[in-house]
Amino acid sequence: MAREALTGSRIRERRIMSGYKQAELARQVNISASYLNLIEHNRRRIGGKLLLDLAAALGVEAAALTEGAEAALIAALRDVAQTAGVTQAEMDRADEFAGRFPGWADALAGAHRKISGLERTVENLSDRLAHDPELAASVHEVLSTAASIRATASILAEDKDLEPAWRDRFHANIDADSKRLADSSKTLVGFLDPETGEAASVSSPAEEVEAFLTIHEYSFDGIETGDAKPADLVEGAPELTSTAARQIALGVLHRVIEDSGRVTMADLTDALADHGPNPVALAQLFGVPVACIMRRMAAMPGLTYGLVVADRSGALLFRKGVPGFVIPRYGAACPLWPLFQVMIQPATVLRQRMRVPGRGGALFDCLAAAEITGPTALNAAPLLEATMLIVPIASDDDDRTEAAVEMGASCRICSRQACPGRREPSILSEGF
Amino acid sequence: MSIGKHVLLVEDELNIIEALRFLLSREGWHVDTHSDGATAVEAIRKMRPTLVILDYMLPGKSGLDILTELRKDPDFETLPVLMLTARGQTRDREQAEKAGVSRFMTKPFSNTEVITAVRDLVQLSR
Repeated sequence: MAREALTGSRIRERRIMSGYKQAELARQVNISASYLNLIEHNRRRIGGKLLLDLAAALGVEAAALTEGAEAALIAALRDVAQTAGVTQAEMDRADEFAGRFPGWADALAGAHRKISGLERTVENLSDRLAHDPELAASVHEVLSTAASIRATASILAEDKDLEPAWRDRFHANIDADSKRLADSSKTLVGFLDPETGEAASVSSPAEEVEAFLTIHEYSFDGIETGDAKPADLVEGAPELTSTAARQIALGVLHRVIEDSGRVTMADLTDALADHGPNPVALAQLFGVPVACIMRRMAAMPGLTYGLVVADRSGALLFRKGVPGFVIPRYGAACPLWPLFQVMIQPATVLRQRMRVPGRGGALFDCLAAAEITGPTALNAAPLLEATMLIVPIASDDDDRTEAAVEMGASCRICSRQACPGRREPSILSEGF
Repeated sequence: MSIGKHVLLVEDELNIIEALRFLLSREGWHVDTHSDGATAVEAIRKMRPTLVILDYMLPGKSGLDILTELRKDPDFETLPVLMLTARGQTRDREQAEKAGVSRFMTKPFSNTEVITAVRDLVQLSR
């Protein structure tokens, strides 16, 4: 990895340290929040006036953003070491390795980043190919049109005595089908490759909402203080292109208002300092449902907690991922998740230590609780909403010795072959 | 209607229908077409063709469901059915074979493949 490729990481660190939201900083330097997001994740090179503007907005010298890459490099090497399962003693020598062999360290970190990116691509594409009905329809359209063109073209090529009327008709059919094929191919490429720029037109409402939440880092200070209105925020979000996406986003923001009315971030920050990250204790302290505390903890700036919410059908209504823990976008998730177990015990809060199968084997504590959301009716089970907080266990955490259950994201991209919950074969081999 | 060479093409792609109708007609077949999955079984029972070319994905009812329903009727247990599909996965093929398909062909197919398959299926059914 070239040193300058880490500039984005340092911009992100400086921004978070300065307490800026991505959208705020982007506005100051006249770029979109989504472009800043790409820069911060080192997916766009940066230099010149934009670098100077960002440095000025962050109150640092531009050199502070482009030099001193060692810290980010060492962090990347530690990530490599954790993924490879090397000993803690070796991991502690990452800075020595980077200092003695900077070229090799760059290459190793770069290769790791590339592999991680490819793994994410495989997971996303596999997930889509397996479960996205719109993609299946798009593939079917392309193949059917190709079949029509092939059959018609063969008749024209092979039948030298074709009557002019039939020839004209088949030419017209090929012309129409080739246009249809061009359009459907373009749509299909847009599905598979978001970089083509066509993705926005084929994104699902859930993906649009996810982009919206990511840009805001799942945190809405203005909404919580009443300075911003949900409708205005949604209306001004270019990533929310569909009516359905805007409606879902409004629902998320109204819940933020409801939750922040029960537990403010300031109060939660104080309570976390006194009681630690214990959703059950905090729920008792504030007199609110455990799920409310989980949502507030996941929205708290500076805490890298993930959150997933599902309804009784198992559909995932809300996804906030954390590095190393994939939450499927389409189709069903792992049935072993406590998120689903808790649905049969709505009054219970479950805590499960989990290990992601395969290389790396990242550890997480998953806490789940279910709330009744529908009215009580005779002879009818109530509607439920289950919430699961995902707490990463750091590589240097003393608590890593606790027994963990292996759980993946969903069967198709989980390498745990001998799993009692497996629904379908995995595309990954054991240990991938 | 010729009883000996009568094919019913159950397909919803108009240009595929046109190309296959032309090809099969040139081979001496009487070709009827039907585009609605929901009423396809009824159409087959009414027309009683020598052979059915059936698309896998149809509006109203899938080709697989049509085939399954057809095979439950003793009159159509051995009716040759050539299934055309854009879904070429092993699982889809296995499901079609379990349901009693006579031949399974993935799109895009060649005209020669279709004609050869139709000839083979008719010979086998005699």
